Amino acid sequence: MKDTETTATPVLRLSGVTKTFPGVTALSQVELALYPGQVTALIGENGAGKSTLVKILTGIYQPDEGQIVVDGDPVRFPSATAATEAGITAIHQETVLFDELSVAENIFLGHAPRGRFGLIDWARMREDAAAILDRIGARIDPRTLLGDLGIGSKHLVAIARALSVDARVVIMDEPTASLSQAEIEELYDLVERLKGEGKAILFISHKFDEVFRIADRYTVFRDGEMVDAGMIADTTEDKLVEKMVGRSMDAIFPTREHKPGDEVLRVEDFAHPTEFDGISFTLRRGEILGLYGLVGAGRSEVMQALFGVTRPSRGQVRLNGETLRIRAPADAIANGIVYVPEDRGKQGAIGAMPIFQNVTLPSLGTTSKAGFVRMAEEFALARKYTERLDLRASALDQNVGNLSGGNQQKVVIAKWLATQPAVIILDEPTKGIDVGSKAAVHEFMAELAAKGLSVIMVSSEIPEILGMSDRVIVMRDGLMVSEHDRDGLTPETLVRAAAGYEGEAA
Amino acid sequence: MTGFLKSREAILLGALIALILVVEMRFSGFAAPGNLADVFNDTSILIILALGQTLVILTRCIDLSQASNLALTGMVTAMLNASMPGLPVVVLLAIAMGLGLVMGAFNGILVWKLEIPPIVVTLGTLTIYRGIIFVVSGGEWVNSHEMSAAYKAFPRAEFLSLPVMSWICLAVIAAFAIGVNRTALGRAFYAAGGNPGAAVYTGIDVGKTRFWAFVIAGGLAGLCGYLWVSRYAVAYTDVAGGFELDIVAACVVGGIAIMGGSGTVLGAVLGALFLGTIKNALPVAGISPFWQMAISGAAIIIAVAFNTRRETGRVILKSAEAKA
Repeated sequence: MKDTETTATPVLRLSGVTKTFPGVTALSQVELALYPGQVTALIGENGAGKSTLVKILTGIYQPDEGQIVVDGDPVRFPSATAATEAGITAIHQETVLFDELSVAENIFLGHAPRGRFGLIDWARMREDAAAILDRIGARIDPRTLLGDLGIGSKHLVAIARALSVDARVVIMDEPTASLSQAEIEELYDLVERLKGEGKAILFISHKFDEVFRIADRYTVFRDGEMVDAGMIADTTEDKLVEKMVGRSMDAIFPTREHKPGDEVLRVEDFAHPTEFDGISFTLRRGEILGLYGLVGAGRSEVMQALFGVTRPSRGQVRLNGETLRIRAPADAIANGIVYVPEDRGKQGAIGAMPIFQNVTLPSLGTTSKAGFVRMAEEFALARKYTERLDLRASALDQNVGNLSGGNQQKVVIAKWLATQPAVIILDEPTKGIDVGSKAAVHEFMAELAAKGLSVIMVSSEIPEILGMSDRVIVMRDGLMVSEHDRDGLTPETLVRAAAGYEGEAA
Repeated sequence: MTGFLKSREAILLGALIALILVVEMRFSGFAAPGNLADVFNDTSILIILALGQTLVILTRCIDLSQASNLALTGMVTAMLNASMPGLPVVVLLAIAMGLGLVMGAFNGILVWKLEIPPIVVTLGTLTIYRGIIFVVSGGEWVNSHEMSAAYKAFPRAEFLSLPVMSWICLAVIAAFAIGVNRTALGRAFYAAGGNPGAAVYTGIDVGKTRFWAFVIAGGLAGLCGYLWVSRYAVAYTDVAGGFELDIVAACVVGGIAIMGGSGTVLGAVLGALFLGTIKNALPVAGISPFWQMAISGAAIIIAVAFNTRRETGRVILKSAEAKA
């Protein structure tokens, strides 16, 4: 029982937690302890297992092995409700809230105070909502429609919602990602207040300045393992960066003799009203250009504008010296610029369509005669490119929706290679796919570059960036912050540039 | 071909044959070739409309205005024929299709350029097109005796022992079988509905693709306007009232996924034939019209339940995937 206020006893402790997914070990023997009245920062690259951990803590995933201990008793969270009842609450990166409902309803959705006959007690709900909002210093009328609030205020509502259950553990998953500087300051105040109330806080962030500002303890994850933990006071940013990225570079990348040729693509002073500004870069024949940055740095947005999905407000794109007018993706494709988007589900493959039709979709011009598609040619084209990518499927007329994530990605890449592009943009090409497929994609990327295709690879995975790129551009907050040659580039340099931490060698 | 035996089209074909055989057992002669040809001829209009609707549904839209479009074009051709009996049927056919295309294009423009949800657009035009019939006809009927003989005879005329109506339907089916499966636009319909986001990234203009689906559906509705009115030899404001739901039902029974991106021409044809056969068989069996409606409705729900069940999830096991 919680009879003493000693900070030495954690409210919540994870020990030996392991979680595997097909082909991937997301968490391996992970340890974590959260103490009342303290902020523990969880640090790690994308894919280090932070999100999986949050999902285990909130009852969405069940660990395969290991224990969750609350107040000294081992517990299980078979559902999200069970975690909430144990006093664990999470504020997610993109909290699910409802624009069409009032602030009070959003806060109490699912656990609204009930009056007689089990009906919702509206008066009490509004009072309670007002009390919570007041407690976190948010000046928001609980009757306001959520949709009428700004993003920062919505965030406060999300926090109020998290606190509406009597939480003892508050998980904040990159809470400042979408906030302005002023709102971030307010959030810090709030964190201090929660600490004062004795809540244990798990603070997940990429930003070192934040971590050093508000955290008491830290835990570093790398590739699904806990690699370090301790008091913030006993460490430095340099040490944390090292722990975070200091992997053994055991991931095998194809060796490439990079000898990029002439300039193929030149992007000059590319800008967008809200997403990015002043983007200029060149791409040479046979080059792999890495585009690194934190999630939300604007990398995909630049690529989407280049591909014609969105319109830039300013800037020029030149391909082989010719200025292009790209108004829609079809223009980019016609000019030999293709884009493999990050979100396979929404933007990549068409699940209800057979593999061969997915592959030939942008190449129907070459597989048709007199306006009619010729199936034999379609199959031939699809076979040629899917075989090169080592696609595992029983038949090419199988629907893509039935394939695994890695194989779906191969179909999408095959689709674009079949158009014989000059420039291929790969947005997080190996995100969420299994190790084997990853290696196949990397190998193929190297082979393509060797054959003279120019590649822009957007990636948040440092090993991938370092292992594959000839040159790396780092973006932060919609701006290009630095450009690096592959030689002598270290993970630390990239992390510092991306996170805006100007260490001694930024 | 082994794939076909497991497809939902094969199941539907089996159900259709079973239905015909059951009726045949009670009423000998139903399954005779001549009677089946009659059933097909009776169902021709539904088949043509269902094919148009199929394109629209494939793109994740819906067209509820087809029946109103049909009634309006039918009325216009009937009035033209009544006032200018010398006008050749071919010209009337062209006018019917042209008018239908324009109405379809109007739906399509609203969906494409103004991005209004298709169900809202076509609920609106359903009423608008129907209202225009009243305006142009003043609520009057055009009756059989006001129509020219040629006007009424055309769909009935026999060619190689099949009525022209059936031939038109077969031609439309053939055109769809090739157009949908073998052209870039055909593929675009599937892509735009199967995954609009991905279609955009593949260089397909989803809005424009939807526009073309509405245009084709409209043109076919126009064609059917003439066929319907000349076949029944009467035009009035409420012609084919409520028929839009039969069309959608035929598509649903035929396995055209209401969420778009999935379905075949053969499926739509079989779906329409299935409903057409029920409609033809039940009166023969002396079943009351109300039971007919209930049975048609049950067929729709059963078909949907079937389609939903057939969806398979992602294969996670590598070994299973290899075998799948």
